[in-house]
Amino acid sequence: MNRDSLLTQIGWLALTLLLALALTVIVAWPAGAPPLETIYVLFKGGVSSWSKIGRVLAGWVPLTLCSVGLLIPFTARLWNIGVEGQVIMGAIFCTAALRPFEDGGGTGVIILALAASVAGGAFWALLAGLLRVFGRVHEIFSGLGLNFVALGVTLWLIFGPWRRPGVASMSGTKPLDISLWLPRLGTMSVSWVGLILACAAVLLVYILLHRTKWGLKMRAVGENPKAATLFSLGPRRRLLQAFMLCGGLAGLAGATQVLSVYHRLLPNISSGYGYTALLVSMMASFRLSLVPFICLFFAVLNVGSIQLPLQLGLDSSLSGVIQGIMVLSLFIVQGLRLWLKQRKEAD
Amino acid sequence: MDTFALTIAAILMAGAPLVLATLGETLTEKAGIINLSLDGSILLSAMAAFACSATFDSPWLGMLAGACVGAAIAGVLGVIGIFLGQSQLAVGFILTLLSRDLAYFLGHNFSRQPGPNLGLWTIPGLGKAPFVGLIFGSQSPVVYLSLAAIAFCWWWMYRTEAGMRLRAVGESPRAAFGRGIRVRMVRLYYCLAGGALVGLAGAAYSLAVKPGWGRPQGCEGAGWIALAIVIFGGWHPVRAALGAFFFAALQVSGIYLQEIFPSIPAPVFQVAPFPMMILTLLAVNMGRMGWVQDIVRRHPLFKALSRGWSIDAPAALGQDFDPKKGL
Repeated sequence: MNRDSLLTQIGWLALTLLLALALTVIVAWPAGAPPLETIYVLFKGGVSSWSKIGRVLAGWVPLTLCSVGLLIPFTARLWNIGVEGQVIMGAIFCTAALRPFEDGGGTGVIILALAASVAGGAFWALLAGLLRVFGRVHEIFSGLGLNFVALGVTLWLIFGPWRRPGVASMSGTKPLDISLWLPRLGTMSVSWVGLILACAAVLLVYILLHRTKWGLKMRAVGENPKAATLFSLGPRRRLLQAFMLCGGLAGLAGATQVLSVYHRLLPNISSGYGYTALLVSMMASFRLSLVPFICLFFAVLNVGSIQLPLQLGLDSSLSGVIQGIMVLSLFIVQGLRLWLKQRKEAD
Repeated sequence: MDTFALTIAAILMAGAPLVLATLGETLTEKAGIINLSLDGSILLSAMAAFACSATFDSPWLGMLAGACVGAAIAGVLGVIGIFLGQSQLAVGFILTLLSRDLAYFLGHNFSRQPGPNLGLWTIPGLGKAPFVGLIFGSQSPVVYLSLAAIAFCWWWMYRTEAGMRLRAVGESPRAAFGRGIRVRMVRLYYCLAGGALVGLAGAAYSLAVKPGWGRPQGCEGAGWIALAIVIFGGWHPVRAALGAFFFAALQVSGIYLQEIFPSIPAPVFQVAPFPMMILTLLAVNMGRMGWVQDIVRRHPLFKALSRGWSIDAPAALGQDFDPKKGL
């Protein structure tokens, strides 16, 4: 398909977006969403001021971390659906590392917390990977099951051992000391540390997959696991490594949620970024260069949708609806292209 | 004894939507299609069923709406997966996320609103019978519906010619095509039928088992459990239904355990089925491993016990079939 000219590709992309827009209007208009006004509110709510752009970037950081991480196991044709649980586990490990430092700490403590979150995410991914490789449980079920287990662990911690003195509630654990927050970028709610981490992750995944022998072997495993075994590339070990790397990045996303967004552990600490990241990587057709931009667009939708209940009385889950419809439209258009191509060949 | 009977009644009730959903997915997967959208489908059809029954004040119209929504989602998957040749897993996963958000978005105005539910059916005379009366004397219609669906699915799949065609397209689409069966259309029909059953499961949640609509509704995650039960059930309707009741029993026992351990917060018990789901799949898949089979073969007792433990999936599950490529 890469042989198509640039103009054709842009044409198909335009068709995809048009289809997505049409489908969104079809489902949202009857629910009382005037199309133009809704789009206006969505984008105004996302980019109209510096503080909102800050919030968009704060959402972009964890989404990008998860999405680029997902590309690693996908190179070996594995779906890491457990990425949501790995974000949660990262947040839990991060909070655990900070618990002895209630009165505050320095840069060293924050670095410790970040390292702990990577370990937490990687550990949770390793569990899913082991179940897949040695237990033959399909990664969709092991990953999803572990997502719910991670949620259960969070709830148990918040209502149990880590509850706030006096009140145990869905509002989470005791807020962190301000010295443990990641430093902000000016007055915006996004941290420059988070932005650097996300950019570094994009670079790391690019180098890993396209500039190292490890990445080449990963692709070989993905293209043909049987041949990979014959050439002693060790597909099992490599699959586990891929899962753990992805989990580590997801864990880091959890840490940015704890350290720079919520400053505590909440039941909804992952904000569903794990699932959104799966949509992002499908929307990007697993091409790394597209991931950061799609993440940015999805983050704008997420932040913009917060205004919907206030201004139009609509539910904020419209952002998820639009994201889902966009990816679905992409698959429909891809399918149509395939169908047309087959018809042309048959003639 | 009465407590026992009441527990069974509660398990039948909690299991009814799970049974409907697993039967639907079993039908779909028997035809060779994986419908991964179950979790979102159940939620969206639950919303549609509640909204419809609240608007028209008729819960049975709500059931119909649920079935239609479930079939519609499965139809989208069917057309994109079967005729446009896209990955069934990917499209199913997108649909599950999309339907979930759509349910919350469209159901915004029905959240925490009062609405009718299916109530209970009383079978005259049976209520006085000991034990059985407590279980079946006065039950929710969805329980009777789910039990009838088990029998019907078994009969349809193994005792009718249509059922044979269904199994044929899932096991060997090429052979079925050679016998003159329109493989893709048959697959689409069972995708729709399975989706309708899944939709009924969603309606059963919002109109009977956990009446009402809200965020969260309480049936989140049930679809994933149902998908796992299909594997556990070895793609056999009766065994899958037993698996569904097993998980329902787990949920019911969670309520009792909560009373015994009040210090553990309630939400923790709600996620208990998920580690169980992983362990069940692990146990089923263990039976396929070489070293486990070696051990089993050596001991006659294990051999007897292991008969039928792991059942293979329909041979063409998740595979495309393009009639133009010939036989």
